[in-house]
Amino acid sequence: MKFSFSAEQEAFRESLRGYLAERSPTKEVRRLMETEAGWEREGWARMNAEMGLAAVRIPEAYGGQGFGFSEQCIMLEEMGRVLLCAPFFASAVLAAGAILQAGTEAQKAALLPGIASGDVVGTLAWVEDSGRWDAEGTTLSAVRDGAGWRLDGHKSFVIDGHTADLIVVLGRTAAGLSLFTVDGAAVSRRAVQGIDPTRKLARLAFAGVPAALLGEDGGAAGPFGRVMTEAAVCLANEMVGGAERLREDALAYAKMRMQFGKVIAGFQSMKHKQADMLMEVELAKSAAYYAAAALDEGDADGAVAASIAKAAASEAYLQTAIHAVQIHGGIGFTWDNETHLWFKRAKASEVMLGDATLHRERMMQAMVEGA
Amino acid sequence: MSEAMGSEAGVRAEVRAWLAENWDPALGLVEWRTRLAHSGWGMPTWPTRWYGREMPEAMVPVIEEEFDQAGAIGVARIGIRTLAAATILAHGTDLQKEKYLLRILTGEDTWCQLFSEPGSGSDVAGAVTRAEFQGNQWVVNGQKVWTTSAHKAHWGLLLARTNWDAPKHRGLSYFIIDMKQPGVSVSPLRQMNGFASFNQVFLTDAIVPPEMIVSTEGDGWTVTNTTLMHERRGADGLRAQPKGSDRPERIYGEERDEIAVALEPYRWYPSRAGRVDLVLPRAIETGAIHDPVVRQEVGKLLVMARCAEFTARRARAAKEQGKPQGPEGSLGKLAASVVARAAARVHTQITGAGALLAGPEAAAGGTVAEILLSVPAVSIAGGTDEIQRNIIAERVLGMPREPSEDTKKPFRDVPRNTVG
Ligand SMILES: Cc1cc2nc3c(=O)[nH]c(=O)nc-3n(C[C@H](O)[C@H](O)[C@H](O)COP(=O)(O)OP(=O)(O)OC[C@H]3O[C@@H](n4cnc5c(N)ncnc54)[C@H](O)[C@@H]3O)c2cc1C
Ligand SMILES: Cc1cc2nc3c(=O)[nH]c(=O)nc-3n(C[C@H](O)[C@H](O)[C@H](O)COP(=O)(O)OP(=O)(O)OC[C@H]3O[C@@H](n4cnc5c(N)ncnc54)[C@H](O)[C@@H]3O)c2cc1C
Repeated sequence: MKFSFSAEQEAFRESLRGYLAERSPTKEVRRLMETEAGWEREGWARMNAEMGLAAVRIPEAYGGQGFGFSEQCIMLEEMGRVLLCAPFFASAVLAAGAILQAGTEAQKAALLPGIASGDVVGTLAWVEDSGRWDAEGTTLSAVRDGAGWRLDGHKSFVIDGHTADLIVVLGRTAAGLSLFTVDGAAVSRRAVQGIDPTRKLARLAFAGVPAALLGEDGGAAGPFGRVMTEAAVCLANEMVGGAERLREDALAYAKMRMQFGKVIAGFQSMKHKQADMLMEVELAKSAAYYAAAALDEGDADGAVAASIAKAAASEAYLQTAIHAVQIHGGIGFTWDNETHLWFKRAKASEVMLGDATLHRERMMQAMVEGA
Repeated sequence: MSEAMGSEAGVRAEVRAWLAENWDPALGLVEWRTRLAHSGWGMPTWPTRWYGREMPEAMVPVIEEEFDQAGAIGVARIGIRTLAAATILAHGTDLQKEKYLLRILTGEDTWCQLFSEPGSGSDVAGAVTRAEFQGNQWVVNGQKVWTTSAHKAHWGLLLARTNWDAPKHRGLSYFIIDMKQPGVSVSPLRQMNGFASFNQVFLTDAIVPPEMIVSTEGDGWTVTNTTLMHERRGADGLRAQPKGSDRPERIYGEERDEIAVALEPYRWYPSRAGRVDLVLPRAIETGAIHDPVVRQEVGKLLVMARCAEFTARRARAAKEQGKPQGPEGSLGKLAASVVARAAARVHTQITGAGALLAGPEAAAGGTVAEILLSVPAVSIAGGTDEIQRNIIAERVLGMPREPSEDTKKPFRDVPRNTVG
């Protein structure tokens, strides 16, 4: 299903779109973005009780609903549309993804049900102050301490890192790259001011923080790589949802705003801009959908498809946001107008998990052996 | 799902059985294609009465697979004749369908599209070629231009003005014209890339019999739009030029000949699409791949090209599933043009100083130069990029139509180019 959705998937999307429109109007986004946490336990619990959001992709054996990766990407697209302020990406994509990819059977059984129900909010901490998105930049060190481990070092740009209950941390042991789980409360952490107030970031400091090894000592490289591939595709899908919403809103505005005795939608430069926006967004959507299906179907070129999707979404979302501000004119530059909320998400998402340049280079490396 | 699978398996079995019974490489090409056309397996989505089986679009790839398996040759597909077939099928009389459809499918007849004129290209409806009913026939006078393949064509799809007092779009009629008659004179036009696949066509008291008007007098604009819609849809960059098989039997040789003749005006069309397929191999072969700037440019192009391909496939999948066309279906032509331009730029970067040269000694045997000089056609032919953007904005996005001063008054009072 790389080029179309099943009737069930379309129905799923439709009901989710209706639900999220009601749960996450811009008024609610503005309210939550002004809080330090960026989301609320009560609202998150309610969404999980009503829609089982966090559970969708987690296998039934671990308390989830066992849907595919494509369904998760549909959810992200819809969440991106409304800029949902919730720890879904951190918890259901990053933390659950890392546990699913790296955890032992016992760890999955112990950790995933909490995430699936929404009671436990997790995240993944891998980037450091260097800003490197790959595992090579990891300097945080882990040493054995009796039955457990202790972590020393820091992590940066951690999504929902100051509010998460459970933090999966990438570090180095004598054996190499390894993943750990730590209790969020045991970490010295603070929120940092981000360019996008609808998705909060934190910096974490570790000074002998007790941790449990997730999976195999020195065995994190493979699982971590797969988590990053999945995360890029998830983010790309979230981004095309936001881009489409911006495009539609700008179109609606252009059809309503009058200058020179007619609606600005009647000026050809506006029409051509809108046609280009439609093309850019639809092309990026196609790549995001393709990559989701490629990962679902276990394609060998999944990582290439992921990089294509992230590169396309990074450029299309930001370009759409730039056009959207422009089409709104002076009002588009104001805080009261909604456009800047998506503009900021577009900017942050462009950078998050690697920008278009990085993903093009990754794609080239994968396509051209040794070059 | 299981029902659809069932019918797919059913169709597969049916076409396989029919091929086992009927496909015979010892037949002549036309003889085989005539048999195929009458069976309905050549154009399975067409009406049963006219060489089809009324099958959903989704069965086409299934049937094509079975043809490939059997090594069986399909109906003729190259060129304007496919647009002619679609237009005649939609608007033609039974007599026209009988006279033309079969010979289109067998590949015996070649067609051309006589729309553009020196004074009207984007504004197709501004045609001033005149058709007058004199005695018992239509007499046509005027000039057409950029007519691809007119020098090969047996028949032309002709747009001409039949009423000068009606508003622009309502004074047009659509005809099928015999290109091999004394009143039609074709002279080739050399293009900037050196090829000469389009022509000027002079119509001087050219004759069209009364039964060869398509639809009614004054309804030419509706019919033209059918042709143009099919042309745009076909421009999504997914269709590869057919090659034919190199098997030894005579029928394959005949098909290779038919393809070679039909493809002659289109030899450079892969170049005008930018030859994205050559970019990576050439970057590797030249070592340019190690230049980080070139790598990024190649990466940008490949991302864009893949996105365009995925979008075209989404559009095709929607069509196969019988869903209404979404926005993705209108973007193929514009996207193909953006990709082609980007490809020309990247080919230049990869080739470096070598891009100064043309001809057999130049990069890739001259192909790079041919790409650089052919790509400009892609954003003009079949409707310019600007016109595509207007269409997308108006028909897909529901934005206001272009203001026009010329659609309400009688066409004779409309200002126009002074040419010809
Ligand atoms: C930072 C800032 C400072 C400013 N300071 C001042 C100030 O000190 N004093 C002051 O008087 N104003 C000021 N302005 C207002 C500014 O001049 C207007 O915002 C600007 O002229 C656009 O007008 P508008 O906002 O009404 O947008 P609109 O005119 O509604 O335009 C909306 C969109 O339609 C497009 N559009 C409109 N007409 C056409 C057309 N004919 N053809 C094609 N496209 C068209 C525009 O380009 C734009 O993309 C300021 C604006 C900003 C952002
Ligand atoms: C390789 C090739 C093959 C062709 N084959 C055929 C064929 O087989 N049969 C046939 O009939 N024609 C054919 N054409 C002609 C083609 O359809 C026309 O060239 C095309 O539609 C543009 O028309 P024009 O050349 O008269 O340019 P014009 O219409 O004069 O356009 C000139 C410029 O003005 C712009 N423009 C025009 N109107 C608008 C508008 N409303 N808004 C914004 N910009 C506008 C155009 O985009 C263009 O940039 C072919 C052309 C090429 C290049």
